[in-house]
Amino acid sequence: MTPIPQGYSGFLLVVKKDCKTCQLIETAIAELQQSRALRVISQDDPQFPAGVRDVKDDRELELSYHLNIETVPTLITCQDGVEQERLVGWSREDWRRLTDIPSLGADLPEFSPGCGSRTVEPGMLEKLAYRFGDTVLQARRIDVAEMEDVHELMFERGWSDGLPVVPPSEDRVTRMLGGTSRAPDEIVGVIPPDQAPCTVEKVAINAVMAGCKPEYLPVVLAAVEAACLDEFCMHGLLATTFFSGPIIIVNGPIIKEIGMNWSTNALGQGNRANSTIGRALQLVIRNVGGGKPGGVDRAALGQPGKVGFCFPEREHDSYWESLAVERGFRREQSTVTLFAGDGVHGIADQKSREPKSLTRSLAMTLRTVKHGKIFGASSALLIVTPEHMRVFREAGWNKARFREELDKYLTFDGAELIRGASGIAEGMPEPYAGRRLTKFAPDGLLIVHTGGSAGMWSAVIGGWTATGAKGSSPVTVAIKS
Amino acid sequence: MSTILDPTGELQPARREQLPRLPELAGKTVALLDISKPRGDVFLDRLEKHLGDGGIAVRRYQKPTFTRVAPADLKFEIARECDVVIEALAD
Repeated sequence: MTPIPQGYSGFLLVVKKDCKTCQLIETAIAELQQSRALRVISQDDPQFPAGVRDVKDDRELELSYHLNIETVPTLITCQDGVEQERLVGWSREDWRRLTDIPSLGADLPEFSPGCGSRTVEPGMLEKLAYRFGDTVLQARRIDVAEMEDVHELMFERGWSDGLPVVPPSEDRVTRMLGGTSRAPDEIVGVIPPDQAPCTVEKVAINAVMAGCKPEYLPVVLAAVEAACLDEFCMHGLLATTFFSGPIIIVNGPIIKEIGMNWSTNALGQGNRANSTIGRALQLVIRNVGGGKPGGVDRAALGQPGKVGFCFPEREHDSYWESLAVERGFRREQSTVTLFAGDGVHGIADQKSREPKSLTRSLAMTLRTVKHGKIFGASSALLIVTPEHMRVFREAGWNKARFREELDKYLTFDGAELIRGASGIAEGMPEPYAGRRLTKFAPDGLLIVHTGGSAGMWSAVIGGWTATGAKGSSPVTVAIKS
Repeated sequence: MSTILDPTGELQPARREQLPRLPELAGKTVALLDISKPRGDVFLDRLEKHLGDGGIAVRRYQKPTFTRVAPADLKFEIARECDVVIEALAD
């Protein structure tokens, strides 16, 4: 609707009775209507101000919403139905100039600031945006009866990962959509296993349920987009009997902007952004894609990170270039990288003070990823903490040097690795017996610096058994606002 | 009463009737589809021999990888060339 009547020339004044300045200027309002066309829009009491002929009852705030009012009183001058200028609060000089009434408000103080419009009360803008705005939500509405427990209803419908979810009300979803400039009906990707087209709106609904704040939504959208890329192979990752699930690593300025935890307990609980972004992706796969444990998700054991696994890199004091920079993005770009991985395996090395020793230590655990005798098609995510990073920094080892040295300690004679060697049936096929084999494929090892500043530990997250072109490759996607 | 929004894909898949089962394989061509899991070939080799011994025509197919759904072209090829398909899920 148009808040200014068609062809209207005159003044619009938005007030509320519960505002001392609006009450203060009642005499000026009366004076104004004597010589000028004036329509008052009253936010809380259509009887206020007393004695005004043309008062519009705006207790529903529709007019105030469309006029984009943040403060009362707001005086707007209109010409032929078009706004010309507006004043907020009371300033005698400005009001006299705008109204062209030199004597206006002679008995009033020179200045009095306004009060907050009712439209900016907490949570109100989202409600109004939903009721009166352009946002049209397409999702099916589900009515919850008065006596029904909405939380139980959501469990019963199978929408939860086993933990409580936040009810996706129209207000909350509208507020969530405020976190992105992307249109609610834009398709983000096609979600396996049902190959369901997924809109920004559906992602927003599941992000609400996961507990996300609106400012996390761009990260969730990027993660969904990345998960739908063919090279990430989300369908197979979901269907596997192995442990793996999508792990999200966040890089760039957005880490600070949304308050992610890259410090103490970075991979653990306690930070809302870390905990809910990964969960939102999993809920999208579950709810939009129909991917549920026991259905297409055939994991023999799974792992707790399949509820959601997301963390940022500790970038500000890292000696090495970040994961995203290594993968071709600029430091000032915000990105998500998705890795198909398992749970966290800790590595303790509190003795190494020189880099070769520490590299050998890390290699010992990295060798065991998937199986100590399966080489070449493995992948892993190595998480180096600040105290271990210090050893490399003090020795002047950059990331490339570390990778080069690591590969040396992860290269073995095929004879040690073939099936039957060391009395273990598992291993590499017989033809590899005469070759030297390196543990990871060229794109198979991701290295990230994160965590608290105390503790000479690092961690390995093993990759899915199906790595590379035949399975999943890590993907990095820029986060759009 | 409150209202919430449906978080699912809201898909309404078309219901399709199952094709009639073949009463016998004589005179038909059987597709043996290897999904590229280890040892799927062992299973399908045995089936091929068994079917061949019974005089039944067999054609072999393979998915590029077990981690992705079969390419549409492959499904089309099988449908065009064969009457029935046996898929090996092995390990």
